[in-house]
Amino acid sequence: MSLYPENFQIEIRLLIEAIYLKYNHDFRNYSPASLRRRVAYALQQFGCQTVSALQEKVLHDPDAFMRLLQILTIPVSEMFRDPTYFLALRQHVVPMLRTYPSLKVWIAGCSTGEEVYSMAILLHEEGLLERTILYATDINPQSLEKAERGIYSADSVRKFTQNYQKAGGKRAFSDYYTAAYNSAIMDKSLRQNVTFADHSLATDSVFSETHFVSCRNVLIYFDRALQDRAFGLFHESLCRRGFLGLGAKETVQFSAYAELFEPVVREDRIFRKK
Amino acid sequence: MTTAAPTSAPRPARRFAVVVIGASAGGIEALGTVLPMLPKHYTLPVVVVLHLPADEPSLLAEVFSYKVGLATKEADEKERLQPGVIYFAPPSYHLLLEADGTFALSTEEPVHFSRPSIDVLFGSAADAYGERAVGVLLTGASQDGARGLLAIREAGGQTLAQDPAEAMISIMPAAAVELGAARAVLPLKDIGRFLAGLEKEA
Repeated sequence: MSLYPENFQIEIRLLIEAIYLKYNHDFRNYSPASLRRRVAYALQQFGCQTVSALQEKVLHDPDAFMRLLQILTIPVSEMFRDPTYFLALRQHVVPMLRTYPSLKVWIAGCSTGEEVYSMAILLHEEGLLERTILYATDINPQSLEKAERGIYSADSVRKFTQNYQKAGGKRAFSDYYTAAYNSAIMDKSLRQNVTFADHSLATDSVFSETHFVSCRNVLIYFDRALQDRAFGLFHESLCRRGFLGLGAKETVQFSAYAELFEPVVREDRIFRKK
Repeated sequence: MTTAAPTSAPRPARRFAVVVIGASAGGIEALGTVLPMLPKHYTLPVVVVLHLPADEPSLLAEVFSYKVGLATKEADEKERLQPGVIYFAPPSYHLLLEADGTFALSTEEPVHFSRPSIDVLFGSAADAYGERAVGVLLTGASQDGARGLLAIREAGGQTLAQDPAEAMISIMPAAAVELGAARAVLPLKDIGRFLAGLEKEA
C-alpha cells in the first residue's frame, strides 16, 4: 500500500462514495488519517490486495459491508471513561437536572453501550433514572445490539470498577451486574428507560427535545464541517439552558456554534446552551 | 536492507516539514538530552509520543517547557502544526498527522499495548508527509515504533534510531535496526545535532 499512496487515497474516496451510494452510510466527512488506518486494517482482515477489491466485495455483499462497518466504526469504549467527567456531572449538571419533572438524555454515538450504562448508573444513584428517558444512538446496528444485551467481559469489568470508584460511585460496582461465564451481565433495570436507535449525525435530523446530550470521542473522527453539523443537531435538540458533554479532547469552542454555548466545567468539557 | 554507519550523521539533502519522535522507558531522560539541543526559532514542528502510564494527567509539556527553548504543548485535535513548537500526544489517545497539516486524535485500540502508539503517529507521518518526514526512535522496552519508522523510510523520509548500545533500554531502537527501519543509528548527542542541523537547510 505504501508503494502507491496516491492510489490508496483515490481508492478510499471511491470506497467511501460506494458505501454512501449503496448503503447510505456517510463517511465522506471523516478525518482521513484515521480512516486510512481503518481501511488498511480492513484490507488485512478481508485478505484484499487493494481497496478496489474490498470495494467490489462490500458493494455486492451486504454481509461483507456489515463486517467492514465494524472495522470503520471503532467500537472501543469503557465505562466511566475519564472518571472526572462523571464526577463533574454529579456536581455541576445533576443539581440542574433535578429541577425538571421529567428528563430526556441523549447518548450520541453510544457504540457498544458502556457510556449508556455509566450514565444510567449515575442517574440511578442521583435518584433521577425513574423520570428519565435515555436515547442511545449509533450508526452501527451490531454495536447497538451489543449495547442492548449489556454483556461485558470480566476483564473489562475490572477497569470499569476502578473508573466507577474514581467517578464518585456510591455503591459497589458489582451491585449493577451479575457475573456469569467469565462475563458480566448488566442489570436490566438500568436499560428499562433506554431507547436504542439507529441514528447518524452525518445524515439524520433531530428526533426529540433533550435536556442533556453526551457525545464523547465521536467528533474527533469528523472533519470540521461534519462536527458543525453534529453541533447543529445538539443545539437544536437541547432545550433552553440544556447541557452538552464532550470527550476529554473535544470542544465546541472552535466550531460554528462556539457563541451559542458556554463552558460549565471547562476541563471536563461540559457546556451549556446559552 | 542496510543501515548507514553509526559514526557519521547523514547529510540532509532536502527540506523536511516535520520531526516525529517516539520514546518509551527511559524516554524522559533521552528527550531531556535531545530536545534542549534544538535552537530557538526552530523552523520545524516536533511531535512526540512518549509512553506513559494511562489515566495520569500528562505533565510532559510542563516538564519540558523548563528545559527547552521552544514552546511545548499537548496536541489538540484539528490543531494546525506550527513551526518551532514541540507537541506531545495526550494520554489515552492516538495522535495522527493529517495531510492538511493538522492533528487528529483517535481512541482506536492500543497498538503494542500502547495508546498513544508510536507506530500510529509514524505511520500517519509517512502517509501525510512522505519524504518530508523525519522519524526518530529512542530508548524503550517496547516493539512499538519500529514498523512506523520503516513506513517513514519506505515513504522516502529520514529515519534515525538511537544507538541501542547507548540506549537506557535497547529493545525498541534494536527492533528498528533489526527491521532495517533506520537510515542512521546514532547516539543521542548526534541525533540532537542532526535535528538542530535541519534548521540550516534552504
